[in-house]
Amino acid sequence: MADDPELSCPLPFAGYDRVVLAHGGGGRLMHQLVRDVFLAAFGDPLQARGHDGAVVELGGRTALTTDAFTVRPLFFPGGDIGSLAVHGTVNDLAMCGARPLHLTASFILEEGLPLADLRRIVGSMAGAARQARVGIVTGDTKVVERGKGDGVFIAVTGVGRVESRHEIAAHRVRPGDALIVSGPVGDHGVAVMLAREDLAIECDVTSDSASVAPPVLALLDAGIDVHCLRDPTRGGLATVLCEIASAARLGVHVVEAAIPVRPGVADACELLGLDPLYIACEGRFVAFVAGEDAELALEVLRHTPGGEEARRIGHVRAEHPGVVVLEQPLGGERVLDMLTGEQLPRIC
Amino acid sequence: MRYVDEFRDPERMRRAQDELCRIVMRPWTVMEICGGQTHTIARWALADRLPAPLTVVHGPGCPVCVTPLEVIEAARALALRPGVILCSFGDMLRVPGAAGDLLQARALGADVRVVLSPLDAVRLAAATPDRQVVFFGVGFETTAPATAMAAELARRLDLDNFTLLAAHVRVPPAMELLLGSPSCRIQGFLAAGHVCTVAGTGEYPAIAARFRVPIVVTGFEPLDILHGLTLLARQLEEGRCEVENQYPRSVRDDGNVAARAMVEAVFAVADRPFRGLGIVPRGGLRLRDAYARWDAERRFELTLTPIEEHGRCRAAEVLQGLLTPTDCPELGGRCTPETPLGAPMVSTEGACAAYFRYRRRAR
Repeated sequence: MADDPELSCPLPFAGYDRVVLAHGGGGRLMHQLVRDVFLAAFGDPLQARGHDGAVVELGGRTALTTDAFTVRPLFFPGGDIGSLAVHGTVNDLAMCGARPLHLTASFILEEGLPLADLRRIVGSMAGAARQARVGIVTGDTKVVERGKGDGVFIAVTGVGRVESRHEIAAHRVRPGDALIVSGPVGDHGVAVMLAREDLAIECDVTSDSASVAPPVLALLDAGIDVHCLRDPTRGGLATVLCEIASAARLGVHVVEAAIPVRPGVADACELLGLDPLYIACEGRFVAFVAGEDAELALEVLRHTPGGEEARRIGHVRAEHPGVVVLEQPLGGERVLDMLTGEQLPRIC
Repeated sequence: MRYVDEFRDPERMRRAQDELCRIVMRPWTVMEICGGQTHTIARWALADRLPAPLTVVHGPGCPVCVTPLEVIEAARALALRPGVILCSFGDMLRVPGAAGDLLQARALGADVRVVLSPLDAVRLAAATPDRQVVFFGVGFETTAPATAMAAELARRLDLDNFTLLAAHVRVPPAMELLLGSPSCRIQGFLAAGHVCTVAGTGEYPAIAARFRVPIVVTGFEPLDILHGLTLLARQLEEGRCEVENQYPRSVRDDGNVAARAMVEAVFAVADRPFRGLGIVPRGGLRLRDAYARWDAERRFELTLTPIEEHGRCRAAEVLQGLLTPTDCPELGGRCTPETPLGAPMVSTEGACAAYFRYRRRAR
């Protein structure tokens, strides 16, 4: 495994500096691509060279997830589609209370994608995987004609070993549970939105894309009674809270003033007429923990990378089952509902 | 955030609320004209803070809500023409016409794009000379100057592949129409601060005098709304009907002179249909003949025949302040953001959507 994938084989190979259809054709070019781009970056941890399958040891209860990644632009402040694909998948495993172990990655490349971009994406994927201590053990590549993809799509499957002794699921949420969010919300969605060239807004916002496995495993190691975990990706914090309230048939009470939102994110949302509670995060999670464990959980999170800015934002009630109620800073309460479709910038 | 945080300050809000409650003695019905203010009132649960005798009804000031069905249908039809790129503001894309919305047109293969400025659509036209770019321009006096600049920029660039489907509307004539209606129960107005930032307040003294209603130009933060209502209530209690400016940090009497000149150069005032209100005399803008080349209606020879509204939708009454959304039997039942019967349920500024989203109580 090359130590720094960014430095391996810096020259365009076989005279191509862009992806061509033949890179997915199964012939010499494809083998070259696999060897010089993917294997150079990911290594071959299972010595599975030449096989499409991989054999792994799991032991114990296993968590399994699969996810597909598309993002425009491919590169944004704080990450790119490669790191996002790794973080998104390991985070889904972490939400099961599992330690992420192995990933597989399938790439759908669009004809014409600069190979330098592909190298950069694969390099950042390898870096994110190393940091998250997972191996990318097998994968696949297809090339589609120009205009039939958006540069690159990545589909990732992940497996992990469940570390939680109890099931982590919405039905374990109880009245009195404390609701904790691991950090400020909305950074990723706003960073990506601002990175799109059609929005000429200058704002210093970086994606929060990161593995949340370390803070989640820290909670479990500390013996916190974690009832449910969710990462607020698409639809943001509001949507996952609505999902859990509905699945658990309990009321969720949230204090709006306690929800951490970075000033840059709040500013951009004011300008665009968006609500940060509905904007995607890629390195945050919400935890429903037994009420009596809340203080310890916050203490543990605040001493773990990725959880330093954790806040307690609310609690679970038996009243108003299925409904999330937001306590407003000016007094009064309102219902926090799911959105219809995507948030769109408003007219004026 | 400056200009935001201090206008959401709980202590100041409490004091403003106390003052408003002290002033209001008799029952009054007032209207906030602008959808942005409707949204603020619902978002911050301001109705809970008002003194009981004061009723605030919501006006027609949601640009998406008042755009007639036939114009949305024309936009859809244009978007579906081969070679056309249709650009508009984000919240226009979800508004249902008679046969679907622009997002559905996109799924059918239309090239529909969200822009934040009409000038982006002009730039797109300059960069794609083989495509016809149409900008679907909606909105009140706030968005008209940018659309006017787009027409002017297209003229300067001598673009043959850029046109405007312009459905801009004006607030003061809509206020006059509402006040002239026999069923009108509005005794005072919060005028739209951002409309006045652009257009100034020059048209309001005549309305205040003719209909004997006080008008307070008001901002959009919760404290602005409470201040605006306080000024309005004081006038009502003292029997005055003047034009006051609660929002001087943004509004000058003569508005934005450069923007007004640009609108005046490109557009002429014209009668215009409002969804829910019908034809509003002098209620909108049309491109002047000098800009006919960039008028999509003329370029594509569109005929805009009025289309009947959904029979069950009572948006017309909502937009006139005659029906509170919560009193509509369809709200939350047959009419939801997923299946809107009418435009006020679609736009974030629509009164029905604001009520659906913010005013439902926990069971």
